[in-house]
Amino acid sequence: MARYISMRLIQLVVIIFLISVLAFLLVHLLPGDPTIAILGPNDTPSARAELLRQLGLNRALPLQYWTWISHVIRGNLGSSFLTKQPVTNAIAVAFPIDLELIVVSQLMAFVIAIPLALIASRRPNRLFDRLATTSTFGMLSLPTFVIAVLLVLVFAVKIHAFPATGFTRISQGFGSNLRSVLLPSIALAVGSVAVYYRLLRADLISTLQEDFVTMARAKGLSTPYILLRHALRPSSFSLLAGAGISIGSLFTGAFVVEVLFQLPGIGYQLVTAINSRDYLMVQGMALVAAIAYVIINFIIDFLLTVLDPRVRHA
Amino acid sequence: MPDGMPVVTSRSTTRAPGTLVAADAGSEAVIEIERLPARVDGASGAEGQSPTKAKMGALFWVCLAWVALMVLLAIGASVLPLKSPTFQDYSAVNVGPTLHHLLGTDDLGRDLLSRIIYGSRVSLVIGFGSIALAMLTGGTLGLFAGYRGGPAGTVLNAGSFVILAFPPLLAIMVIEAFWGRSLFKLTLMFAIVAAPQLFRVIRATTLATANREYVIAARAFGSKTGRIMLRELLPNVLPAAISFALIGVAVAIIVEGSLAFLGLSITLPTASLGNIINEGVQNNNLQINFYIALWPSIYIFMILSSLNLMADRLRSRFEAREVKL
Repeated sequence: MARYISMRLIQLVVIIFLISVLAFLLVHLLPGDPTIAILGPNDTPSARAELLRQLGLNRALPLQYWTWISHVIRGNLGSSFLTKQPVTNAIAVAFPIDLELIVVSQLMAFVIAIPLALIASRRPNRLFDRLATTSTFGMLSLPTFVIAVLLVLVFAVKIHAFPATGFTRISQGFGSNLRSVLLPSIALAVGSVAVYYRLLRADLISTLQEDFVTMARAKGLSTPYILLRHALRPSSFSLLAGAGISIGSLFTGAFVVEVLFQLPGIGYQLVTAINSRDYLMVQGMALVAAIAYVIINFIIDFLLTVLDPRVRHA
Repeated sequence: MPDGMPVVTSRSTTRAPGTLVAADAGSEAVIEIERLPARVDGASGAEGQSPTKAKMGALFWVCLAWVALMVLLAIGASVLPLKSPTFQDYSAVNVGPTLHHLLGTDDLGRDLLSRIIYGSRVSLVIGFGSIALAMLTGGTLGLFAGYRGGPAGTVLNAGSFVILAFPPLLAIMVIEAFWGRSLFKLTLMFAIVAAPQLFRVIRATTLATANREYVIAARAFGSKTGRIMLRELLPNVLPAAISFALIGVAVAIIVEGSLAFLGLSITLPTASLGNIINEGVQNNNLQINFYIALWPSIYIFMILSSLNLMADRLRSRFEAREVKL
């Protein structure tokens, strides 16, 4: 166990190192003089020299990396050339929004998917199961950006039930904050419902064929009791694994939703930065987002290992 | 699945015994999900049929025909009697579907049918092109790493994990921001992201096949490695690979659509499904003329469900054969 964890930790460190190298090399993909590309043609020579020194662009590549990474480790990712805001600040302001979107949408997805799967697996291949299974298959073919647009069309444009765009921070009122993230969260949740429903249904159906369920039936326990108390827990491993795996896709799905609903999260900031050619902002956000993604995946892997004895001993 | 779309992911090396390996490569959780129900259906066998009799079913052929039709329309767009996708007819702005404009026009008076067909070219080239490239590279290497293994196999395997550790949409977005965009660069980046996933599926399937009796027999006869890989292993690995590749195409179409929706795919005057939807959302267009966003959404839904369904059918058929073996 300790050996497994230390192996994974070494892997994690290597991957984070590679991510930092790639993020560092991004600036070298720019055509022409990178200081002109980053600062624009109208900046002063002294600002250009300052940037040159900060990026260390006039030195050998490994030395440049060393200069850059020692700034990064001290939390200095440079600042936006447009707003002069430090990149780390911008990330700290934006990140909670992504977090809120993901948490709310996942709660919704679980609340819908688990009861659906429980009802469907009670009588597999009957009407309810077929309807739910077919419609979730359809949901898998709807990308987030299509779902989000359809939701805006129906709930914001046609029946004015929700604001189409804009974000209210929690500090400005919990209710209006929730209202502003509700529609975006539904858009994100739809895909997850389909995934979670299908995972849990499949596991439940096979669990219900186990001997201990037959035993419980023979004892005369009611079906809802068997489903909830006997079958749900041993069937939820794939569900948890699926939830962990889909965090990556949620993260990027959130980008699309943030841009459509104009929620100033990481995705919205990143797209704005790309469009305004704010390269240091793009580089910093990409670095932080990619590292966050890798660490989240690592933690989930770790949790699954701790939770499931089968994986631990495999 | 939506970014769930959804492409997507670092895979864990750990896996419960019951889970099939193809899930490892899952760009999207989609892949993972769909494997399981197929197995359960097969196991319950309520129809009382032997699993080897699994047929493709009419729906599979309908889907195949639909995808083929869309590909033909995209290829033949310039020969077909379509209006120009960029011609702005100010006397016919925002008209609904009519005989003259089958799907209506947008807020600049451009014909939507022709914009969608021309726009589908971008999605289809990137979708099929990148996955074909990824199959050729990742697939070949996967076959090699699965059968021969050795230090080269280990290095390839580690390399695939490194690429899978990056969130694909983010990586593509950021790299093209610095590198510039063109259809070629986009296809190449999509292929690089997809190749390790195909590599993992094909490697895993090859590993499972490499010790079957007929492979050992071929080796005993003195067949060369290349011949064994092509004649013995490839035909048995191909169904799983194609089924997975179809999902890869679907995921690539989703990611390209998301990029285009964000305004980060091919540059503007060129139509693409995602940027037509984006235009349909801008300037109050949803209120004035929601057809602009609706038609491309329907197109995407149809092509994705066709691809997903074909992949699903192929997989259950392939698994039925596994049962027989």
